[in-house]
Amino acid sequence: MARLVVLGGGVAGHTTATFAAKWLGSQHEVVVVTPNAKWNWIPSNIWVGVGEMSKDDVTFDLAPVYQKAGIGYKQAKAVSINPEGNEGSDKPFVTVEYTGQGKAGQTENIEYDYLVNATGPKLNFAATPGLGDANGLGEFTVSVCTADHAVHASEELKKSIEKMKKGERQKFLIGTGHGMCTCQGAAFEYIFNIEHELRKAGVRDMADMKWISNESFLGDFGMGGLHMKVGGYVVSSKLFTESLFSERGVDWIIGAHVNKVEAGKVHYELLDGSMGEESFDFSMLIPPFAGVGLKAYNKAGEDITATVFAPNGFMKVDADYTPKPYAEWKASDWPRTYQNPSYKNMFAAGIAFAPPHIISKPMSSPNGTPINPTPPRTGMPSGIIGKAVAHSVCDLIKKGDRAHLHEASMAEMGAACVASAGKGILTGTAAAMTVYPVVPDFEKYPGTGRDTDYTFGEIGLAGHWIKHILHYLFMYKAKLNPGWTLIPE
Amino acid sequence: MEKKVVPEELNFQRDPKMSLTMIPGKFARSMRTCLIWQFIRFVIINIKMIIVVGKSH
Repeated sequence: MARLVVLGGGVAGHTTATFAAKWLGSQHEVVVVTPNAKWNWIPSNIWVGVGEMSKDDVTFDLAPVYQKAGIGYKQAKAVSINPEGNEGSDKPFVTVEYTGQGKAGQTENIEYDYLVNATGPKLNFAATPGLGDANGLGEFTVSVCTADHAVHASEELKKSIEKMKKGERQKFLIGTGHGMCTCQGAAFEYIFNIEHELRKAGVRDMADMKWISNESFLGDFGMGGLHMKVGGYVVSSKLFTESLFSERGVDWIIGAHVNKVEAGKVHYELLDGSMGEESFDFSMLIPPFAGVGLKAYNKAGEDITATVFAPNGFMKVDADYTPKPYAEWKASDWPRTYQNPSYKNMFAAGIAFAPPHIISKPMSSPNGTPINPTPPRTGMPSGIIGKAVAHSVCDLIKKGDRAHLHEASMAEMGAACVASAGKGILTGTAAAMTVYPVVPDFEKYPGTGRDTDYTFGEIGLAGHWIKHILHYLFMYKAKLNPGWTLIPE
Repeated sequence: MEKKVVPEELNFQRDPKMSLTMIPGKFARSMRTCLIWQFIRFVIINIKMIIVVGKSH
């Protein structure tokens, strides 16, 4: 019997564990280690953040689902990995610290034959002074990164709406809270959900809305922007996004590294090196992501963290990490199998793998401050990578070490992003975007780096309906209800 | 002098940045909520997304 240990129960980890358990059957063991008691469909946190959904609508308890699937479940956080075992045993193991199940604070060593690191990110609020405390619920700004954060954001939004109803003007500042953030799409969706809610509440004219982001242009989205066919033209996402912002009367600051947050005010540095301040009454700023801080030790107990992980804390995989200038970046730099190069029984999936470089053009201010989005690896890519890794591990277990590894390069993979405002079937609108591939391949698509037949975006009810359907489909799938394997990632 | 006010065009004057982009007019905005047109777009977007998902696996 082989044991697969999956670290993390988010989109990537849950996908890996559930497919592996299904394909391996009861002959082998799958164990999930996650500090959370609940699974969260994070894209719908946006609706929680404006009070259109409750926390229960976007989460469910993991324990009964894993019990049904025959998956071992440990509510704990991984602390370190010993991929060579220790002096007493050659068996690799991971050290975890429980956060629940009545064993909070206790540690345990879990041996494994295969390990998948799908821990997702550490929400690195501490990178920007004042952005948040250790729980992310900062004194000055809100977040929608977790369901609890989104509930808090919704409560604060309600307070602002009440103030506007009483005649007090409010200023909303939404975007990224650091020069190296990713997930601009979530903030983009949130600002237009707020705008929609303010219209619905009849107080839009009492609100000043502003976007602040580390993108060098509106519509970069951490992917270097994209080009899409609209009305017979091939247009840049810059025009598409600026049009939407202008239509809705939302001002913007771009190329901004937020370096300090205090009560009612952010301080930032721009790409041209100038410094600025922006006031706010309500602010949601996405924090930068980092690895969760896992350590690694060899058999002798020596620290080999730098061998297993990149400096940003994400796990090294089969990417080309050779430093090279932007002009030499290639689609082939991106990983295909997500296998750790040093320890072949370890993989990383979703946000936990270290990308070879960013996707957007690297930029920094004259002061040397890097200000550019880091690559998005959430949602659809996380699920697809998680499934490919599950395939590979199952084949390695069943067919032996020479089994073919499954591939899922982000340079050959698409992603759908539906930013939907409102929740009514006939009253909401959405900007639906699909990009193929996520990482541009200028050798295959010399014009735009992407296939413009499948890279498109439009605004309307259709995307809004799709967003609704995706919410219910993915909640259904994650609960492993009948037919769940038929729903694609 | 009688003013001709087109609401969506007022945003061009809110900020110099906004005057350099395009803003949808009444017809383009009405198509976003036209049920017949949006149902057609719903079918087309779904087909495209399914193809993208298929190409990604």
